[in-house]
Amino acid sequence: MKSITRQKPFEEIRQQLDSFNRVFIIGCGTCATMTKTGGIEQVMEMKSQLQGVDKLVSGWTVIPIACDEMSEVAMKENDRAIQNSNCALIMSCALGVHKISTYIDLPVIPALDTLFIGVEDTPGYFREVCAQCGQCIIGETAGICPITACHKGLVNGPCGGTNNGKCEVDKEKDCAWTLIYERLKAQKRLDLMRKYQPPHNFQASPRPRTVKIS
Amino acid sequence: MASRFKDVLNSGKFVITSEVAPPKGTNLEKVLHHIELLKDKVDAINVTDHQSSVMRFPSIGGCLAIKEKGGEPILQMTCRDRNRLALQAELLFASSRGINNVLCLTGDAVPVGDHKEAKGVFDLDSLQLLKTIRLMESGQDLGGNDLDGAVEFCAGATVTPGAQPLEPQLIKFEKKVEAGAEFFQTQGIYDLDNFGKFMEHARKFPVKILAGIILLSSARMAKYMTQNVPGIFVPQNLIDELTAVPKEEMLNRGIEIAGRMIAALKKDSICDGVHIMAIGKEEVVPDILAAAGL
Ligand code: SF4
Ligand code: SF4
Repeated sequence: MKSITRQKPFEEIRQQLDSFNRVFIIGCGTCATMTKTGGIEQVMEMKSQLQGVDKLVSGWTVIPIACDEMSEVAMKENDRAIQNSNCALIMSCALGVHKISTYIDLPVIPALDTLFIGVEDTPGYFREVCAQCGQCIIGETAGICPITACHKGLVNGPCGGTNNGKCEVDKEKDCAWTLIYERLKAQKRLDLMRKYQPPHNFQASPRPRTVKIS
Repeated sequence: MASRFKDVLNSGKFVITSEVAPPKGTNLEKVLHHIELLKDKVDAINVTDHQSSVMRFPSIGGCLAIKEKGGEPILQMTCRDRNRLALQAELLFASSRGINNVLCLTGDAVPVGDHKEAKGVFDLDSLQLLKTIRLMESGQDLGGNDLDGAVEFCAGATVTPGAQPLEPQLIKFEKKVEAGAEFFQTQGIYDLDNFGKFMEHARKFPVKILAGIILLSSARMAKYMTQNVPGIFVPQNLIDELTAVPKEEMLNRGIEIAGRMIAALKKDSICDGVHIMAIGKEEVVPDILAAAGL
């Protein structure tokens, strides 16, 4: 499981940093390193890009796991440079941005857009397979999630847009319902596709979602 | 209130429906003209619901206009833009204003339209919408509450007889029948042999099937549809037929082709009727009917 991110356009980052001169950059050694959006290389690149627009980079660090408790320690270690900055530019997913914001008093600015939680199919190719809806039905859809893999999140079979097994929004994307159909057919479980799925419970766990394990 | 269209469906007559598209804006001149033109020539008129995800005057507004002119409207409802509260509310409103026919659609995807950054809702799907209608007829809403005044609708759905692969589409068709669809208006068909095969299957179910007839206005359009519109296949001989005539004759030839297909479907009682989609050329629907000998 990886949190998949994409760097924001530099112009957007620059605008967000408009009123801050001294910038502390924080990368993440886990997902954002894997997706090449917040590893050491990208942090270095960001540093020189910021310097190119006359920002002062007051320091930088790449935390092993930005969304982990241990980030607090990393922040303490960099306390002096952080105290000396106007803001922290964070090159991790939003989970990391959030976590770090609880450990420092500086304004936090995300440099990345958090896209989805995905799996790596082939090296460098990440795909969203679960949207964490809170009411899992993939036992009846051959392990393929229609909420995620179907553009419209349809749970009762394909729309009229299936085009030779591809989705109407993108000729490169498989129609989720063609995939589900083929797998269920191979498993001789097509009767599952005939089953009526009632309206989804979008409040299975009302937002903001929390869980307490005792 | 009973639906006039339902009576026609059950009369055994060859049913003709067509559709109009509301404007992008408040100038209703054109759509009112099309309604005027069609209301006495067809059994019911569909009003499209932000077709192709392009924002327009609402379907319900067009339906009211048809009603005011004494025509029989079919309210197209997609699940793309409204959640279950809004869909149910609109059904209540439609029912209260004597709009008694609904076509339940999933709706095109948001990115194909003109508000590409909008949120696609899809809180319900077309099947769940059909079920919702049947539930509301029993006097209840989706929250399990009683309605003060129930609804009554003739409910329909769509099917794509030319979908690839076909079986998932057929499974969904059957689920729609079970969910309460009384009639189907199909995606545009051109290959009558193929459609005949679909009808052999569809005939096993207690529903009325209206074959979708999309007017071919030019050879270019025919080729474009075959290449780009999911589930539509225009056989080469029809494309050749259009290519063979001079450009200014193409529309007339398209009208002739549509008329010929309708006549063939009617003659052999292949289906229960047709749904004519002229896509921007509503003016010529009466000519198509004339060409079909209707
Ligand atoms: S149904 Fe899909 S989105 Fe929901 S939990 Fe299962 S895999 Fe995730
Ligand atoms: S074509 Fe398939 S994947 Fe795409 S929206 Fe329709 S059912 Fe979903």
